[in-house]
Amino acid sequence: MNPIQPEKDYMNFLAQGKFMIQRARESGKYIFYPRVLEPGTGSTHLEWVEASGCGTVYSTTVVRMRPPAADYNVAIIELAEGPRMFGRVDGIPPDLVKVGLQVRAKVITEDQKPMVVFTTTENS
Amino acid sequence: MKDNFPRGQTAIVGGATFGMGEAPGYGNMDLAAHASMKALAAADVSLSEVDGLFVALPDDFLGGLTFSEYLGIHPLLTNNNRTGGSAFLTHAMWAALALTTGQCNVALIAYGSNQRSLSGKLISVLKPPYHVAPYKVSLPSTYALAATRYMHMYGAEKKHLGEVAVAARKWAQKNPDAFMREPLTMEEYMKSRMVADPLGVRDCCLVTDGAAAVVMMRAEDARARVKRPAYLLGAAAATTHMEVANMADLTVTAAAESGPRAFAQAGVKPADIDVVELYDAFTINTILFLEDLGFCKKGEGFEFVSNGRIAPGGELPVNTNGGGLSCVHPGMYGLFTMVEAMQQIMGTAGERQVDNVHLALAHGNGGTLSSQATLILGDDATL
Repeated sequence: MNPIQPEKDYMNFLAQGKFMIQRARESGKYIFYPRVLEPGTGSTHLEWVEASGCGTVYSTTVVRMRPPAADYNVAIIELAEGPRMFGRVDGIPPDLVKVGLQVRAKVITEDQKPMVVFTTTENS
Repeated sequence: MKDNFPRGQTAIVGGATFGMGEAPGYGNMDLAAHASMKALAAADVSLSEVDGLFVALPDDFLGGLTFSEYLGIHPLLTNNNRTGGSAFLTHAMWAALALTTGQCNVALIAYGSNQRSLSGKLISVLKPPYHVAPYKVSLPSTYALAATRYMHMYGAEKKHLGEVAVAARKWAQKNPDAFMREPLTMEEYMKSRMVADPLGVRDCCLVTDGAAAVVMMRAEDARARVKRPAYLLGAAAATTHMEVANMADLTVTAAAESGPRAFAQAGVKPADIDVVELYDAFTINTILFLEDLGFCKKGEGFEFVSNGRIAPGGELPVNTNGGGLSCVHPGMYGLFTMVEAMQQIMGTAGERQVDNVHLALAHGNGGTLSSQATLILGDDATL
């Protein structure tokens, strides 16, 4: 048994400005989204670790909205630690986000809730 | 243990659709009930004979109970496997196992949805989890992510997706039940409004009403009821993820597992198949599934579908009813692939009937490329 309460813990960390993921102690593998066990093995020996924040765009799209709503980016980010997650690349026009783009995580507050977004580390 | 799927020991004896396109004024279950009675009538089976009920409706968590009550039957078994649009193909798999072990004698698989008349949008009771919700991941965007990755990996272009849309429309023009039958040119396709890059509105399935049902029996009973039953030769399903962010490879679906297992059960190979009915929620699906099911190699699907190969008159008839793109898409399209495959085997598909159909493949997709289920159906010459 571990004391992990996935959603509660994760959101509490985010509220402190920390993007935390999990690591399985035996295998050393990283896990996202948060769980009470390591997927595949079922090991409950997990710990929270701060994500490096480094990632790569694995895939990307621009969700087209009817004006006046603005188009926005939806991406899948491959974290340097291995897991992938949905994300959004901010700071460049959504159609300039490309597969392979190097990005870095940033915790922001949107709609009164903390969330992880990504910004490019390349010159675009 | 060896895969002992009961090849050819069960068959679809009747199938029907109802309320295709727009059916205002009906509830989901009303539509499913109409389709069910049409399917039963087609096989000269009475409602009271149904003792296995398989159903998945858009919004009915206890559908096996409510639909049994609605029909006024007391089935020996009900099954509500809810894997999304592939659910009904998994129902056929379970129905075959139940029929051949005497757990039921007449299986009815039913679906109905009034989503177009009700809301004009795809209806989903799913709520995204907390780690997905902030990104406002629209349903088309999940498939768009697969398309982007596929184009990046293999060099496909937008026009290749267009080949799928144009072919589906050509088939729909031969189907009086299809919702969109006006011609669609590549030029019109390329100009269609973007939804989630690279997918435009003509890459996305329709939003319609509609219902479908099929009736299955053991092979010996099937032969006594109808002239040309569609025998179930293979049925297999696989699941790899819920969210596309968690796919091991965004260009490879679980069809790469369900397909080979269904082919092995049936003892046939992709080149033997005469018609292919795939769940084309989006144009990229058709390409991914043709590859994963083994009709061509991974990364070659976009060239495979080009030059009209899957359109009427092409080498491989795919989605002969017009598919989810141009015929009907009430939210969970899978059962329509089974009805069309059955019709092609029975020879009742009218103007769109393909010549000399002995083997048909029906393939369902559920979730967001998450659940894949493959059926192989054949006529009596394939037994």
